[in-house]
Amino acid sequence: MREVAIVGAGMTRFGEIWQSSLRDLFVEAATEAMRNASADHLDAMYVGNMSGGQFVGQEHLGPLMADHLGMAGIPAARVESACASGGVALRLAFMEVASGMSDLVLAAGVEKMNDGADVTAVLASAADQEAEAYHGITFPGLYAMIARAHMEAYGTTEEDMAAVSVKNHRHGALNPKAQFRREVTLEEVMNSSLVAAPLRLLHCSPVSDGAAAVLLCPLERAKEFTDRPVKIIGSGLATGSMALADRNEPAFLDSVSLSAGRAYKMAGIKPSDIDVVEVHDCFSIAEICCLEALCLVERGKGGEAARSGLTALGGKVPVNTSGGLKSKGHPVGATGVAQAIEIFEQLRGESGDRQVADASIGLAQNMGGSGASSAVHIFQRV
Amino acid sequence: MPSPRYWREIPSRYRLEASRCCGCGKVAYPARKVCPACGADDWKQIQLSRHGRVVTSTVIHVPPDDFLMEAPYAVAVVETSEGARLMVQVVDCEPAEVVPGTEVNLEFRLIRREGHGGILCYGYKGVPAG
Ligand SMILES: [Zn+2]
Repeated sequence: MREVAIVGAGMTRFGEIWQSSLRDLFVEAATEAMRNASADHLDAMYVGNMSGGQFVGQEHLGPLMADHLGMAGIPAARVESACASGGVALRLAFMEVASGMSDLVLAAGVEKMNDGADVTAVLASAADQEAEAYHGITFPGLYAMIARAHMEAYGTTEEDMAAVSVKNHRHGALNPKAQFRREVTLEEVMNSSLVAAPLRLLHCSPVSDGAAAVLLCPLERAKEFTDRPVKIIGSGLATGSMALADRNEPAFLDSVSLSAGRAYKMAGIKPSDIDVVEVHDCFSIAEICCLEALCLVERGKGGEAARSGLTALGGKVPVNTSGGLKSKGHPVGATGVAQAIEIFEQLRGESGDRQVADASIGLAQNMGGSGASSAVHIFQRV
Repeated sequence: MPSPRYWREIPSRYRLEASRCCGCGKVAYPARKVCPACGADDWKQIQLSRHGRVVTSTVIHVPPDDFLMEAPYAVAVVETSEGARLMVQVVDCEPAEVVPGTEVNLEFRLIRREGHGGILCYGYKGVPAG
């Protein structure tokens, strides 16, 4: 396998972007990534997207996006793994470059959620349609059941979960691309309206439009495109039981644990070597469970992490310096790539007010569904 | 949605039929072809008892459009005495009172009217026991 580097990145701001269509969003992010690396062509492209078909009635995004990028003819395909679609697109691009098959590969993600679809129902199609969605469960509902199981098993409290939202909003307030650039108080989170008990509105990531793209090439060619490439040193993908009812321990995310183990092994590092982390906080409880499955905290101790300051900027393991899905926004197919961009910029020292001092190794974890799929990538400053 | 989906899913959904793995004894609901625990593909059909205990639960306040008239409603993962776990709504009670450990009976009910055709969808719901 060849060593692989990210040499350019681009993303739209995340939010309710009424004036931009699915393709507009994609082209904006992709052209910025290519300009960022002064690249004038691509050898291949992967487009992470959860549900263009249900959100805006548009499938077949590989050729559509290649065409609108002015690159009709290149190999391009859309990749789907629910909310982990972006992370899986990144993994496929990584594999294609590592294998020697292609040199310049774009990994992108895009979602247009604010165009009138029944978003709750579309997202629920990433759950088990026959055993779960049929009975009226929603995604906040699935994570609420995970939260209640975590509270039962470990004594985790609503305050613990609210502290995750407070922290991520504090980070997101510093991010110019974030959907919600404002802080929230613990009281505001605790008093926000119930979405799926015990989860409230401010425990939930928003409905967002947005796109993100990164350009990959072999490390040996990276200097042609940038002075500050970032190496991808580990990639892990895993699946778990689709239905929550089929998991012995609903509060433990097996796929996250498996994908992390694979990425750590490939990278040859330990969890304690990580300087900065992006995890899939689609709901506050998800960040708590992901920290445990990534072995960044002991099992059952995830609830304390945000409250104690461990995971805040300035803490020992800063988590979701971008604001996370909660504050930055969660255009589902774009999220995995946007997480990689936050780590890319952190390792290049480009994160401004959010910069983690002297960060050299970072990790991004992107989850699909209620945890049925997870992609983990580990990055290192060159 | 094409109608064959409905009759295909009936054995588990209408009759609470599950299957027990002849290799390791695992109970799968709905029935599967391959055992997720041991990989065997030899199964014995069983009937789940209509009684179980809540493993974890939530109350849905923001539902999908098809369930707008129902909200707020409780949804729970319920484990039956055979060891099968299924996700069901729990009704005929205060939704907030459905918590881990709550004992429920499983009763055949209307789940929803689906899509523009208004197809009636039936299945099991939990009702707190006693
Ligand atoms: Zn078996």
